[in-house]
Amino acid sequence: MSRFKKETKKGTPKINTASLPDIIFMLLFFFMVTTTLRETQLFVRTQLPFATEVQTLERKSLVSYIYIGPPFQTEIFGTEPRIQLNDQFASVDDIASFISSEREARAEAERPLMTTSLKVDRETTMGIVTDVKQELRQVNALRINYSTARGDVPRTGISR
Amino acid sequence: MARMRPEINAGSMADIAFLLLIFFLVTTTMDVDTGITRMLPPPIDPNAPEPPPVRERNVFVVLVDRHDRLMVEGELTSIDRLKEQTKHFLLNPTNDPSLPEKRTEDIPHIGEFQVSRGVISLQNDRGTSYEMYISVQNELAAAINSIRDEVSKDSFGIKFSELRDQELIDAVRQAVPMAISEAEPKDIGGRR
Repeated sequence: MSRFKKETKKGTPKINTASLPDIIFMLLFFFMVTTTLRETQLFVRTQLPFATEVQTLERKSLVSYIYIGPPFQTEIFGTEPRIQLNDQFASVDDIASFISSEREARAEAERPLMTTSLKVDRETTMGIVTDVKQELRQVNALRINYSTARGDVPRTGISR
Repeated sequence: MARMRPEINAGSMADIAFLLLIFFLVTTTMDVDTGITRMLPPPIDPNAPEPPPVRERNVFVVLVDRHDRLMVEGELTSIDRLKEQTKHFLLNPTNDPSLPEKRTEDIPHIGEFQVSRGVISLQNDRGTSYEMYISVQNELAAAINSIRDEVSKDSFGIKFSELRDQELIDAVRQAVPMAISEAEPKDIGGRR
């Protein structure tokens, strides 16, 4: 009897976990490199339209974002599309000071490369977008990017 | 002496790494920003002289109204046909006198090339939906990109998007310029 027991105990050898930290570190570095921390909390819905001819935005440190869309909290802010800059609602007149403060934060040499990314909800009308574009022209922030998702342009509903 | 050194217990290393790993797993967002990049025209100088008028045959008028209807060169059309119509306008394969003129230019790496002088004029209403506007921009870009692809294939054997040499990219861009002009917005109903 006792001989039997001894043999079953020896039958399960210990698994060597010495390489476990290495594997975990590998995963850790992968996520550390790919991660981008979310900077702002969104107050407006920005469901982006689809387009096929898209380019990837490079040099994200040189991009400033303008969000336009209907607010999430409709009972407080209504359903009309609003502009969000940084962490708060803004009006068209705030864009000039927003762009100049964004410029101040970048190095002199990199300022001409700055891009303004417009994240606009697909159901917004062009009126507010046109106002924003005119304001950007006035402050000479001419490089803009209409943020879109990669996908086919909808063919039904809008064509006739 | 070496044997006297005590071994450091690395058993908790995995725990620390796990902790960091879980932090980054939670905070990570893997979305890449994609979009259509455009240059806005510089602000108008009120003292600047009037720009010379562009000849009517060189302008491709695209209008989008508040009901998202599309009008191209005075005719109602649909978004499906916009790309083909734009390509036909810019290429002017039959040298039709009602379609844009071409100017022969000597472009480095490509040589003599007939550059179209056509300009696309895009105008939208304040009530146009953003989705429709982006669709139109996308179709216009698709038309130009497809012409650039053809030019690039003829000259260098590969597609425009696969070109890596900046000089070659600039050459194709010079041969097929991205000539989309957006009209000054008209405040018909006043600002809302």
